[in-house]
Amino acid sequence: MTDLSVKIKDVVFRNPVLLASGTVGYGDEISNFCDLNKIGGIVTKSLSLKPRKGNPPQRIVETASGMLNAIGLANVGVEEFLKTKLPNLAGYDTNIICNIAASSPEEYIECTRILTTESAINGFEINVSCPNVKDGGLEFGNNLDAVRRITAGVRAVTDKLLIVKLSPNVARISDFARVVSEEGGDAVSAINTLVGTSIDIRTRKPKLFNVTGGLSGPAIKPVALAKVLEIKRNVRIPIIGIGGISKWEDIIEFILAGASCIQVGTMNFISPDFAEKVVAEIAGYCEQNNIPVLNELTGAVRLP
Amino acid sequence: MRIEKTQIVSVSEVQSGIFILTVESEYFAAATLPGQFFNIRVSESLFPLLRRPFSISDLTGKNLSFMFDVHGEGTKILSQKRAGEWLDIIGPLGHGFGIEGEYESAIIVAGGLGVAPFPYLTKKIRNKKKIYSFIGARSSRHLVTQGIVNVYSATDDGTTGYYGNVVDLLKLKISEIPGIKKIFSCGPTPMLKSLTDWVNFVGIESEVSLECAMACGFGICQGCPAELHDGSGYKLVCKDGPVFNSQEIIIS
Ligand SMILES: Cc1cc2nc3c(=O)[nH]c(=O)nc-3n(C[C@H](O)[C@H](O)[C@H](O)COP(=O)(O)OP(=O)(O)OC[C@H]3O[C@@H](n4cnc5c(N)ncnc54)[C@H](O)[C@@H]3O)c2cc1C
Ligand SMILES: Cc1cc2nc3c(=O)[nH]c(=O)nc-3n(C[C@H](O)[C@H](O)[C@H](O)COP(=O)(O)O)c2cc1C
Ligand code: FES
Repeated sequence: MTDLSVKIKDVVFRNPVLLASGTVGYGDEISNFCDLNKIGGIVTKSLSLKPRKGNPPQRIVETASGMLNAIGLANVGVEEFLKTKLPNLAGYDTNIICNIAASSPEEYIECTRILTTESAINGFEINVSCPNVKDGGLEFGNNLDAVRRITAGVRAVTDKLLIVKLSPNVARISDFARVVSEEGGDAVSAINTLVGTSIDIRTRKPKLFNVTGGLSGPAIKPVALAKVLEIKRNVRIPIIGIGGISKWEDIIEFILAGASCIQVGTMNFISPDFAEKVVAEIAGYCEQNNIPVLNELTGAVRLP
Repeated sequence: MRIEKTQIVSVSEVQSGIFILTVESEYFAAATLPGQFFNIRVSESLFPLLRRPFSISDLTGKNLSFMFDVHGEGTKILSQKRAGEWLDIIGPLGHGFGIEGEYESAIIVAGGLGVAPFPYLTKKIRNKKKIYSFIGARSSRHLVTQGIVNVYSATDDGTTGYYGNVVDLLKLKISEIPGIKKIFSCGPTPMLKSLTDWVNFVGIESEVSLECAMACGFGICQGCPAELHDGSGYKLVCKDGPVFNSQEIIIS
């Protein structure tokens, strides 16, 4: 039996497969298809202090091997999350990571301060990289100073696992990972979506109400993998790899590039049982290749 | 709600460009109500990437049928499927039509392929309610009435039935329809908009089935908003709909 477990800070993930923020809500619906007790963890939809309605339609466009989304961080807000969503999630034997998206450093800190008292929550993923809201989001994710302030501020109010989710829409992602590491962040996740758009040639209007959206899905995997590798080569911090994972081989690739864990995003829409199934496939791969401890593969890529 | 590999029983072009695809599934057949839909993976590869949503069109024994026209790549692939092949389907999804209730006359209003959900609805209520079906299409070639009863047709080019749109035809005929009425509608957005503007004004209970671009189809992506009349925000077409009370949402 291969040991698939991964430990980041004091959190033990039974395997490296997590569900990505915004692609599984708060776990209610996905649990009809995917046994949350069999995966490493679930990252909630981005939470803000107050509920957000999100953008008007159209919010989604399919593209070649991918999709654009401009949801606009529609979410129930911290209070409602605690009241109606967390109790249900807490019933699963898995790690619960709360993703937070805010419009000011103070709001990030306030959300974390409230949530960190909940014993059911195992950690935080700070989303400084959402491309679809006017305030905050990408503006923070693209600004080293803002990421520094937010990481330090959130670190000061929680001892729990602190992950900062980085944007690929920057010149050097490893500079951001370094800042997170310097300010006491425990890990980075990479990547959030890439900014993209799509135009209806008939009406000559952008297909998305928000004009631009975030590109996800298999189309972005090579970019995501390169970002993970860049971080691995430049900064010592655990990495959670995200972007375009659609088969078990992709996960091994991310791990070789330097990821400790990975997250499954868009694939949940297509095969909501994917994450559960892929765990067994990774275990099969490890057994066939005599790999007793999966996390020994992290960063084991043979570079020239 | 379940994910299942179902076997295709048949795919047939019932009239030019309009297909009916039938699959077999005991579970789906037992669990599905009129107006609900299924999210179908048209290809085992990741092209096209997303599933395609289709309303349940008819249901007989263990057989579920979907009615569609070739729109783009996904529906083209579906139209080329053969009996015996397997199809990966998630469903039944969403809330269907409210077929129970005090109403005596069920008025179906459909435009184009919006007729798709109504053979099954008709089957479910025809022994209990009087049905009036207002079906509109571009021309007689595009008019689908399979599985529909008591048809009042309208075509944009006048090749059959009323020369004009189906909502105008309904307005002309409404006084001839007796008893407590309830409208069930599905079709292109402009048609649904003119219909709901009118029914909300005259006060006939009415339900509309909406379409919206979807990624997941079951509530996890937040990709399919329907705007609420009361200004409080959005509901999800896939999970809270696709059928809504016409008073509840804004069609635009
Ligand atoms: C709840 C629901 C029920 C539906 N029921 C039926 C039905 O019974 N019969 C039928 O013919 N059609 C139905 N549709 C529309 C059907 O889903 C689209 O025609 C189909 O997705 C087009 O796919 P395509 O690849 O051929 O077209 P493309 O235009 O190539 O598709 C590109 C993308 O846009 C999306 N898209 C395109 N048109 C629509 C649309 N009208 N609604 C939602 N997404 C769309 C596709 O899913 C895909 O992601 C329904 C849609 C919804 C939301
Ligand atoms: C519809 C949708 C909504 C998303 N919402 C969020 C979100 O609220 N917060 C966040 O940090 N990332 C969000 N993401 C980004 C994903 O978590 C992930 O980083 C990205 O989709 C890349 O992974 P994938 O290619 O596997 O989907 C969203 C992605 C999609 C497709
Ligand atoms: S399509 Fe994903 S929430 Fe409706």
